[in-house]
Amino acid sequence: MSTGYQIVVCGSIVPDPLQTLEPIETPGGPGLKNEMLLPAVLDPWAGHALFEAANLASRVPGSKVWLVSLGAKAKLQQVMMTIAQKVSFELLAIDGPGSGFADAHSVSENLAEAIAGIPGLDRSRLLLFGGWESASRGAGVTMQMIGERLRILDQFQGVDQINVHVDGSLEIMERVEGGRHQVSVCQGPPALLGWATGNLPEPRNNPQIGMLNMRTVMPALQHAKTGAVAPNGLRYRSVNPPKQQRQTRIVKDMSADEVAREIAEWIGRK
Amino acid sequence: MSAAVSESSTTVERQQMAVDIACVGFGPAMGGFLTTLSRSLLNAEGTPRFESASLPGVPLQVVCYERADGLGFGVSGVVTRARGIRESFPGLDFAEIPMAVPVKTEKLVYLLDPGKASRRSLVLRAADRCIRAFSGLFSLRDEGIELPFIPGFMTKQDGLVLSIGQFNLWVGEQLTSSGLVQIWPSTPVSGALIENDGVNGVRLADQGTELDGSPAEGFMPGMDVRAALTVIGDGPVGAVGRGIDAHFGLPQGHGIREWALGMKMVIELREDCRLEPGMVLHTLGYPEPEIFGFLYVHPNRLVSVGIFIPSWFRNPARTSYRYLQHFIQHPYLWRHLEGGTLKSWGAKSLQESGRHGEPFLVGNGYARIGEGSGSTNVLAGSGVDEAWATGTQLAEAVLDLLEEKKAFTRENLRNAYVRRRRASWVDQESRVACDSRNGFPYGLIPGLLGMAIAGVSRGKVVIPARRPSPNKVTPSLKEIYGGRIPQAELKGMAEDAIAGGLPLHDQIMNRLGWPEVPYDGKLLVSQQDALLMGGSVQAPPGYANHVVFVRPEVCRECEPKLCVEMCSGQAITRGRDGLPNFDREKCVYCGACLWNCRAEIGGELSNVDFRAGAGGLHSALN
Repeated sequence: MSTGYQIVVCGSIVPDPLQTLEPIETPGGPGLKNEMLLPAVLDPWAGHALFEAANLASRVPGSKVWLVSLGAKAKLQQVMMTIAQKVSFELLAIDGPGSGFADAHSVSENLAEAIAGIPGLDRSRLLLFGGWESASRGAGVTMQMIGERLRILDQFQGVDQINVHVDGSLEIMERVEGGRHQVSVCQGPPALLGWATGNLPEPRNNPQIGMLNMRTVMPALQHAKTGAVAPNGLRYRSVNPPKQQRQTRIVKDMSADEVAREIAEWIGRK
Repeated sequence: MSAAVSESSTTVERQQMAVDIACVGFGPAMGGFLTTLSRSLLNAEGTPRFESASLPGVPLQVVCYERADGLGFGVSGVVTRARGIRESFPGLDFAEIPMAVPVKTEKLVYLLDPGKASRRSLVLRAADRCIRAFSGLFSLRDEGIELPFIPGFMTKQDGLVLSIGQFNLWVGEQLTSSGLVQIWPSTPVSGALIENDGVNGVRLADQGTELDGSPAEGFMPGMDVRAALTVIGDGPVGAVGRGIDAHFGLPQGHGIREWALGMKMVIELREDCRLEPGMVLHTLGYPEPEIFGFLYVHPNRLVSVGIFIPSWFRNPARTSYRYLQHFIQHPYLWRHLEGGTLKSWGAKSLQESGRHGEPFLVGNGYARIGEGSGSTNVLAGSGVDEAWATGTQLAEAVLDLLEEKKAFTRENLRNAYVRRRRASWVDQESRVACDSRNGFPYGLIPGLLGMAIAGVSRGKVVIPARRPSPNKVTPSLKEIYGGRIPQAELKGMAEDAIAGGLPLHDQIMNRLGWPEVPYDGKLLVSQQDALLMGGSVQAPPGYANHVVFVRPEVCRECEPKLCVEMCSGQAITRGRDGLPNFDREKCVYCGACLWNCRAEIGGELSNVDFRAGAGGLHSALN
């Protein structure tokens, strides 16, 4: 492949899961207490997708990576300062509500429109990456709906690995039950891959990459269009936040067997 | 030991990058520097005012590296007069900054010891008895007396209550959105690049290493970032500032000998609690006479409450966390805090030498700002505003030098920055304050008297200095507890602590009558649970340990081990071989181990080296 891939990664922000996240009812629907005070991180699932995209782009000359993000601009900016040192990408920012994945239909419309508007986008080279799931309040269907809007027929979810064959076809491993993978082969782009965790470690910080990325990231944020998510308003018929249970004990050097036995005992008491 | 990097010692091939101004540490001082600088980097028509010398053809390249994973992970809830901050943001509605609120009421409260376990002198005990006997006269309520006035040099009546975490985040957002400066979190700096008689930039920490710093899989040597000017604002325990001090020394007669550990909680009050946002309490007298405390009320039923453990607290069984738990349970405070929920927690070392700890403020290619530059006013108990102001002063100086196309030499920086600083209120007030705490090594009452005399006389009359290194003032267990706990029992406690790998303080405090803390799982929680409830500690793999015991054989013989007693996160524990163990997954980067080390190596240097490291406490509300 002489011209390389055009890899577009959809990924937004979520509150830092290391904070205490307390679900509450807000006038705009279910939310988190003090959400705007909480630091944000790139949705971990989307993070894996971004790192995989960068890795693939580095192996196929002529490839380029875009990151398309819908989220509150101030929070997007904060997150970019952390991830822009890790891999090279061009940001396409859409200013929208913090919980941007609350309404998959509307969000997918915004993202698909933004992707379709990327200058010089060549569908025959397009790989659309994103998180298989979202750590936010998503229903896990946003990527699929973006693909449908962009008429991408080859869609894969729960992806852990992609291999490029010499003929340009793509071998893709999707997670299935029991820790096994389903292996599929498609002819090549366009294809949509909703990533699970992949196999790559988080890249090291590289200040030079950061400096280069910032030349496009800040203008992208400054010129971010406002995304109209659910312009007619969302109405929540019912909301069931997960039952929270956290019992923490820090122990070093405990064997896996002991940990398993203790967890089994704990579950048995419930 | 030095965190400065001597270029001749470089053996690994490193990537190089050139910028114009490299900054280290993003706190209030750097916020002030970058805010002032960035506002003058464009001409009126929006074109760059200064061209980069490192990358000709592009605007001035200003890059700031911060160790923590986020700009909002600073640890401090403060009350500040905010003179410098207001000057930078005239007309700003501070309600735009989360958790900020103007001071409404301010009280200074003397707390009695309800459990009679505190180490009070005979004079203080007599005073307490007198207060209780004439409780009506003293308006004693819930074991506390609200003093009728606050000395003018201490009051913050016209100030602001802030969460430094949220304030830093807000300032950082303004700066990065301008696109004129870059701030990179999660980027520890291992030291300054020192060449000949100057600083030529900074070296970032190596990545992909084992805990001892040796290369591991994916080793990526820290990049050398070259800069015409390096601005150091990495605080009192920052590796870059201390490295420069180690290399260039301190000015004649200066020494960093007084410290304190500030530990605090952010608590959400119960719903029926009606403390008014903007209320400020300063306390003294409890849990020990040497420990000062505070409570600041933020909007939305949040309060910051905490204590300061000073280096002159002559007690080998130091523990900030347990003392903090007893502090919040004092009846005067507990009536408000009971039923509350712990939202955040953190600790930080404060450099309390003030002007006596001031390093060389400038040198060829570098300048120092903020707390690490000795800007804290130890009389007013104020550091944030002063730090911010030193940053703005340096920015004005740098803009002058850029405009005049002058190099960042020692001489030019001295004329442009140091002269400005010397003429400012920060410096003038620090002169008044510099000897105001001389009395505390003699005791609480001489200390308070000394502050009052220095404050009233504007620093003209002070108690003579007795300022030994903190390493030398902490007595042994026998000296301090010999009269209350039999020697054999003390010895047994020490042996138990060594065998169990535990600090001593719990045993000693229990023995002296401090009650066990009644954990409720919401507010009164174990130290380990606080590490998880107040945000979480992160220790990303691939970085070397940042706490290093330089000569382990010295640690083996050291007892009691204050590094263990004082460790805010219980990250340093006793090993069975007599050596302290460090677990960075619990380290909150407070730096207490650095100045609590009792070992003497090369004069005042500690046996603990506090190096550059990544991660730390993810705490948003601090």
